[in-house]
Amino acid sequence: MATNYDYEEAPATYDEAHRQDLGYDPNFVPDSVKSLVVHLYRHIREKNVYEIHQMYEISFQTLSDRLFKDTPWPSVDAVAHFVDNDQVFCLLYREMWFRHIYARLSPTLKQRIDSWDNYCSLFQVVLHSVVNMQLPNQWLWDMVDEFVYQFQSFCQYRAKMKNKTEQEIALLRQYDQAWNVYGVLNYLQAFVEKSNIIQILEQEKEGLEQFTATDGYDYSGGSNVLKVLGYFSMVGLLRVHCLLGDYQTGLKCLLPIDISQQGVYTSVIGSHITTIYHYGFANLMLRRYVDAIREFNKMLLYIYKTKQYHQKSPQYEQILKKNEQMYALLAICLSLCPQVKLVEETVNSQLREKYGEKMARMQRYDDEAFAIYDELFSYACPKFITPSAPSFEEPLVNYNQDAYRLQLKLFLYEVKQQQLLSGVRTFLKVYSTISLGKLANYMEVDDPTLRTILLTYKHKTHAVDSEGKVISNADVDFYIDDVRKTFSLCKYLCAAEKMCFKLPCVLYNFIAADTDGIHKQLWTNLRLGYVKT
Amino acid sequence: MGRERETPKEQQQVSYTVEQLVAVNPYNPDILPDLENYVNEQVSLQTYSLDANLCLLRLYQFEPERMSTQIVARILVKALMAMPAPDFSLCLFLIPERVQMEEQFKTLIVLSHYLETGRFRQFWDEAAKSRHIVEAVPGFEQAIQAYAIHVLSLTYQKIPRPVLAEAINIEGLSLDKFLEHQAANGGWILEKGHGRGQLIVLPQNEFNHPELKKSAADSVPLEHITRIFPILG
Repeated sequence: MATNYDYEEAPATYDEAHRQDLGYDPNFVPDSVKSLVVHLYRHIREKNVYEIHQMYEISFQTLSDRLFKDTPWPSVDAVAHFVDNDQVFCLLYREMWFRHIYARLSPTLKQRIDSWDNYCSLFQVVLHSVVNMQLPNQWLWDMVDEFVYQFQSFCQYRAKMKNKTEQEIALLRQYDQAWNVYGVLNYLQAFVEKSNIIQILEQEKEGLEQFTATDGYDYSGGSNVLKVLGYFSMVGLLRVHCLLGDYQTGLKCLLPIDISQQGVYTSVIGSHITTIYHYGFANLMLRRYVDAIREFNKMLLYIYKTKQYHQKSPQYEQILKKNEQMYALLAICLSLCPQVKLVEETVNSQLREKYGEKMARMQRYDDEAFAIYDELFSYACPKFITPSAPSFEEPLVNYNQDAYRLQLKLFLYEVKQQQLLSGVRTFLKVYSTISLGKLANYMEVDDPTLRTILLTYKHKTHAVDSEGKVISNADVDFYIDDVRKTFSLCKYLCAAEKMCFKLPCVLYNFIAADTDGIHKQLWTNLRLGYVKT
Repeated sequence: MGRERETPKEQQQVSYTVEQLVAVNPYNPDILPDLENYVNEQVSLQTYSLDANLCLLRLYQFEPERMSTQIVARILVKALMAMPAPDFSLCLFLIPERVQMEEQFKTLIVLSHYLETGRFRQFWDEAAKSRHIVEAVPGFEQAIQAYAIHVLSLTYQKIPRPVLAEAINIEGLSLDKFLEHQAANGGWILEKGHGRGQLIVLPQNEFNHPELKKSAADSVPLEHITRIFPILG
């Protein structure tokens, strides 16, 4: 039974076989690696942030591509003596070492556990001792991002109990603290608190502090590490809460960051995208469609304009992936809340190209529509997790899809409730006033049912914001009034909308004639999509 | 509906502490009993805290063996009472599917569905069949009535009496009394409608009187649209 062994001495395990195939020797340090660690160590001690960034972003990647395409980097023990056995440097090196494993290889359970231990040690140092370093924001963001990613990956891994070996189960039981959800959340929370970042951002508004202006860097001889980790941890908390399905709390964690402005979160493209993606997704689930649309629009436009500058960066693929996912989410939002005026021209044309046809089908609210909502949601949603420890009782099952299935189910449920709204919208585009009786007739429902449909429209298009205020989402709206002794619907346009309904010329004469039969025919035609308004 | 309300002074100390816990140390399994007590307190004192309840639902997610379905049901009823806020959905996102399949939760989900889709008659019918669930939480009826009035006031400039009666589940003499009270204190106007019907004119707001809308940025606080009316009978 496997206990506390180091991967290097592992008997017949996946590790050993894998390593033997590739002839990996953890103790062999190529000259280029020695050079890299020596220089990086020196730059860190000299607080030369620019050089650190170059080595971190470029040199490390280049060497990975050239020498370590599918093997790990040399072990930390092999390089330690080149850097005076510096504890902090070794922890940083190890963090990158594990990150490389996750990116290029497939971590074993033991490696996952060891990586957790490394984060704990590294974070303890930052939280409890005086760290006198300045690291590039890119690196600090990557640390938080990777930490949350490895947590998500671990939960997914752990939830697939079906084919676990006895060794793996034993390890899981023994190291039950590794990637424990309390631990993850509390570290992120600890960074936020210990760094005092919330107060710093508050005081910055009053001109009593400098943080955003210096991109988080400390120009008075101190360290930026704790402050910036605290800052990025707020985004980390938003992300973890989204993975758990707690969108409300996630947004609350992000509150201290003003996303209507530039900030340290925009200083790193990965952080910018992650923030907006999760902000938008959370708002979508909270039915605050307008907020989601606005932020997705801004972000997608920004990516469109700047992605060429990131082509060589290791984040490029991720940027493209998130870009596509946000277009899918935007398509969903606009199908539920057609406020096309909120979307910029460039973004809109990209959206039409990718999802124009699907959006048209989604707005028909038939079976096919639900299938498309399902498809887009599943493609674009975060990788939800089940945070609790698994049951080790037989039979062992895979439950890694449970969390995702629940969020999808509840999302589609909401879409179903909004099914009736598109009928009202289509109708509102054509008529400015109509009696309820006639409307019920055209929609082929009875009066009480029409009432519920209209109330649903009102309720669903009027969201409650974070301060308890009612805000209208609707682009076109109505009220019911007693018009010439008949209860009628009276349309009005919202916000800065201009009246722009256009009836096809051929039908003008019919409308003027104002006969019931013609109206009914028009309504039927609209419903079947023959008439575009 | 309605967020924090006035609490008796002695209780203020306890609520303050729990709210503090949630703000400062939320990822802590030891506060679970405090949060459960706080749910019961919200029920008996007719207060409400979404953040504290979400915190508890999260802890239940982390340690499912500690979940109390009774507490979860109470949280959901309180969330229903917070409508039109989407609190009920927010809570459902955190409750495992197999728990949601239990009878009492299926009922609550159906009740929520009726309210979300303006089906007030069906709602009150179903609520009457599930008295044991909804009567356990004081203030439930009034909260739903306030929500009904909110949606009606978004929609109608003038409401026929039967429509209002069905939405708030008050009829006959009780309804007369209720309407008189609202006319005297809530700015409602009672008019004669067609035939022998009565029309109720609710206070004007930007949603049923668009000419009142000043700018897109303006929005009307929930409490102005529907007064939280005192408990009648």
